[in-house]
Amino acid sequence: MTVKKLNRGVALVGVGMSHFGAFPEKTSRDLFVEAFQDLLAGGDKGFDPAKIEALYVGNYSSDLFEGQGHTAPIMADWIGQTPKPATRVEDACASGGVALRQGILAIASGLYDVVLVGGVEKMTNLPIARVTDTLATAADVLYEIPAGFTFPGFYAAMATAYFAKYGATADSLLAVGIKNHRNGALNEKAQFNISIADLMAQKKAKAAQKDRPIPTWETEFDFMRDNKANPQIAYPLRLFDCSPVTDGAAVALLVSADIAKQFTDTPLYIVGTGQASDAALHDRVTATALSAATNAAQQAYAMAGISAADIDVAEVHDCFTIAEIIATEDLGFFAPGEGFKAAEAGITARDGKRPINTSGGLKAKGHPVGASGVGQVVEIWKQLRGEAGERQVAGQLTHGLTHNVGGTGQTAVVHIFEKR
Amino acid sequence: MAETLQINHNSFQQALAKHTLMGTTCRNCGRLFLPPRPMCPNCFSDDMVWTEVTGRGKLTAFTIIFITPTAMIDAGYGRENPYIAGVVQLDDGPAISAQILGMDPSASADIAIGTPMEAVFIERSAGNETQTFLGFQPVK
Repeated sequence: MTVKKLNRGVALVGVGMSHFGAFPEKTSRDLFVEAFQDLLAGGDKGFDPAKIEALYVGNYSSDLFEGQGHTAPIMADWIGQTPKPATRVEDACASGGVALRQGILAIASGLYDVVLVGGVEKMTNLPIARVTDTLATAADVLYEIPAGFTFPGFYAAMATAYFAKYGATADSLLAVGIKNHRNGALNEKAQFNISIADLMAQKKAKAAQKDRPIPTWETEFDFMRDNKANPQIAYPLRLFDCSPVTDGAAVALLVSADIAKQFTDTPLYIVGTGQASDAALHDRVTATALSAATNAAQQAYAMAGISAADIDVAEVHDCFTIAEIIATEDLGFFAPGEGFKAAEAGITARDGKRPINTSGGLKAKGHPVGASGVGQVVEIWKQLRGEAGERQVAGQLTHGLTHNVGGTGQTAVVHIFEKR
Repeated sequence: MAETLQINHNSFQQALAKHTLMGTTCRNCGRLFLPPRPMCPNCFSDDMVWTEVTGRGKLTAFTIIFITPTAMIDAGYGRENPYIAGVVQLDDGPAISAQILGMDPSASADIAIGTPMEAVFIERSAGNETQTFLGFQPVK
């Protein structure tokens, strides 16, 4: 493959994130302001927001969630950016990551030096049936949805195919959920910043308080296997295998590499970007891998001139636990069929050889659809700069990777960040 | 099937209502597509012809749905009455998503990847209209 390069370097010089969770009183624009204020508060050398020249905002469906279309100019207005050009980017759950890519391409073109990338979604104001229906629009409504598939259902089907092919079981999935909650417990912005162990203790205390029979779980696996505490959503995926419904926003400030040091002494250089599309799940060669993700990763690695072995920390798209396992294989961290064993063995834990989703992932941190791809960037920023506090991965970290997927893999986008 | 019928989703649905599975074959490169395609995504030709598909295949992936979408709630499904959705690889070549009937949603361990399947046609009414949905069941 001929490797094309960006016309000039692009650097990440700041990030911001709202809390991720359920906030009945906040709309998408309120969340976006919160993320932007977090960016301003965290600026290493202070920065004048008037310098922003364009905005790219990832958002899946403010139309269906809030009755609000034409999202980007409103976000721009609410953060004082009118009349800068503002564009909404939509590729389902990859909207944020693809917005990031659009921002990168805009700077690399030479037309802009300073670009704000954002992502936002407000999901919790609809009843769950309507949330389910809204998420279903990311699949093929003519030829997949009439089969009765739901989003958890698609990934659950990948899981049954994966189990049959490689001998994994539902317990392999539970290990991923337990790990991500342990990480999320240390993330003050996470929707579920609580470990499974602490959640169990909480529930036992509540039962005692209300004079109800106290659950007899001992290990985290006991809890995860309990049909009442962790019911089936779409076999074999249970409640704790599925990322939640979340409100949230995140932003990232991108500049051309030659001015990066005006903003911070420790910029992260975006050395690789890749994106690919794919057909519906049934039209793929295999249901046990996302070829769009492999494709996007190969583009990013080739542009960066590195390989999977060089990645020190990664945020991958764990919309469901099986998605994380498959992602680690698609990205080349483990061979096909080995990802579940790595998760079970603790290799992907925060202190493992190959830390994945130290933020808590979409599972514990939350999955505000359009924001997730930018939320991943926030974690890589903190990890590479040594600012992840209790979640910090030890050692000299040079390369971080974000992997953001739309739908069941009809879109995939991968970025590689480098600290120099 | 009238050769002059336009190649689009509407025609596919009309064929389903008559309990037939109609795909299209590209006369240029020979690939068969289900659902029907007006243009060959493989070789870009628009020389596409209707082809009836046998509806025999194998189950390659499945799930049992407990949290059901609105349309399936209306059809009587829910946590107490879950259903199976799956992907079937047809002997004729393409693969398709469909509801899986004739297998027990309460016995997940008995649902085997690779089970030979045959197409069935599900009539479901929504308001005043009846729509035909594609389903598959194990070959008896």
